[in-house]
Amino acid sequence: MAATAVPAGRRGPARVGGTWAMAVRAFRFWLVNYRRTWRGSIYSSVANPILYLGAMGLGLGTLVDQHGTASLGHVSYLAFLAPGLLAAGALQTAMGEATYPVLASVKWLKTYQAAAATPLRPADLLHGHLLFTSMRLAMNSTIFLIVMSAFGAVQSAWVVLAIPVCVLTGMAFAAPIEAFAITRDKDSSFAVLYRFGLIPLFLFSGTFFPVTQLPAWIRPVAYATPLWHGVALCRGLSLGTTDAAAALGHVAYLAALALAGVLVAQRNYRRRLYV
Amino acid sequence: MPDSEVLIHARELTKRFGDFTAVDGIGFELHRGEAFGFLGPNGAGKSSTMRMIGCVSPPTSGELTIMGMDSVRQGQAIRARLGVCPQEDTLDVELTVRENLLIYGRYFGLPKDVIVERTARLLDFVQLTDRAGDQVEPLSGGMKRRLTIARSLVNEPEILLLDEPTTGLDPQARHVVWDRLFRLKQQGVTLVLTTHYMDEAEQLCDRLVVMDAGRIAAEGSPRELIETYSTPEVLELRFHPSEHDQAAEKLADVPADRMEILADRVLLYVPDGDRALAAARARGVEPLTSLVRRSTLEDVFLRLTGRRLED
Repeated sequence: MAATAVPAGRRGPARVGGTWAMAVRAFRFWLVNYRRTWRGSIYSSVANPILYLGAMGLGLGTLVDQHGTASLGHVSYLAFLAPGLLAAGALQTAMGEATYPVLASVKWLKTYQAAAATPLRPADLLHGHLLFTSMRLAMNSTIFLIVMSAFGAVQSAWVVLAIPVCVLTGMAFAAPIEAFAITRDKDSSFAVLYRFGLIPLFLFSGTFFPVTQLPAWIRPVAYATPLWHGVALCRGLSLGTTDAAAALGHVAYLAALALAGVLVAQRNYRRRLYV
Repeated sequence: MPDSEVLIHARELTKRFGDFTAVDGIGFELHRGEAFGFLGPNGAGKSSTMRMIGCVSPPTSGELTIMGMDSVRQGQAIRARLGVCPQEDTLDVELTVRENLLIYGRYFGLPKDVIVERTARLLDFVQLTDRAGDQVEPLSGGMKRRLTIARSLVNEPEILLLDEPTTGLDPQARHVVWDRLFRLKQQGVTLVLTTHYMDEAEQLCDRLVVMDAGRIAAEGSPRELIETYSTPEVLELRFHPSEHDQAAEKLADVPADRMEILADRVLLYVPDGDRALAAARARGVEPLTSLVRRSTLEDVFLRLTGRRLED
């Protein structure tokens, strides 16, 4: 066998790029991986909103609407619920991406360690994965929006802005959760996170009923949760009732949370991969 | 032959994890074109040293310069020119053989056509061309290791780091890996490897350091080390367990440089093994088995540390 591993005519050393270019290299890893599973993921992205909007929006909604919709802002329960589910879907996507795939990369498959031996730095790996998570968030919320309009649950064209809002809402969860996930050695804490984090948020952040229905003393807790801000933004855009000042406040809150998450995650990625 | 260009320079290099000192102030120099080894038992600090050279583990103190660059401040630029074959396989087992190389090539910022061309050449080199489209998961341990070696070469590195390259492989797979590494060495790739197999160190390394408990115990070519720290021949004697201690006493006055009494055998370090065996028999020592062999790095290690390599 005459195979030569390193020929005389070398093409020169590998290139080191800027922060963005390095993040894109890490992002493309996730993209190659996703090529194997995208069909299944699209299927559930389409099926989920159909099931929820059908059962709760139409089924349960008929009952709700019979009792008067004043507390919903005089819109049908379907129109009220759909943007809430849209935002809650972003939470679910973010959580799914920021937990098991991160632990798998650093613990089970050790693909992060493999990448850390190349010019990619720990922060590049984080940024690449957050880029991929953003892409998944944009995809899922777009699909949800299409299904939502097919159900006639959209009242304003402003709703297209719900896609970037969902990406932002997702990032406000994905970045902090990723900062936590990279420090784990076992996945048991993720189940706790789902049970005591995701599910209460899902139920009590204004997705299914207005937060004003909660006892007054607990409402501040709901207002502090990032999902409530995402729900409020999506609902305002879908119903065409957005108040610019309030919307800016929601966006600022979500952006601050996402940024804080990224900063802590950068540090935690570095600590985990540069031992 | 290696020229005199220094590729890696370490001085007082130290790595501590809390109270535990993994690498304790070691120093060495490595030249372009060399095959350089760190030989030592598990826990000697070899992997910690490799990770510092790989610029993924900042030294606690000391100096580490690689290709003229500082390992901490310029780690990214150094890693662009290194190939790393870690002890534990870090392949993406869910992807195909070819995809693993594609992903890795992209990490180095290589254009796709360059990666495709190199993938074909590298898979040929590690004899995996017919598995290019297969998923990695079901490949044998030897194949995975060869794929890891191919992956570590995708950026045409100036230095290839191999941490325990054949640990966990069966003898046949080990020989295939050795053969590939030997070819790389012939092609002028600078190899740095860690191993706790003396035969691996003897086969592949031009020069090596013997590490023990975070320190360098000795340095030289395999032959120099054997000449300095051992005798040309070793007489190995095995006895019935009940006669073991008694026989060792009788052997005490057989002329020998050194005698090592191990749990299962007695080693006599001598210039001439057959003559020593005759001298032992003349003293009424009758071993169950006797073996005269040449000294190896194992004997060097035993001499330097009082312990065996593979325990």
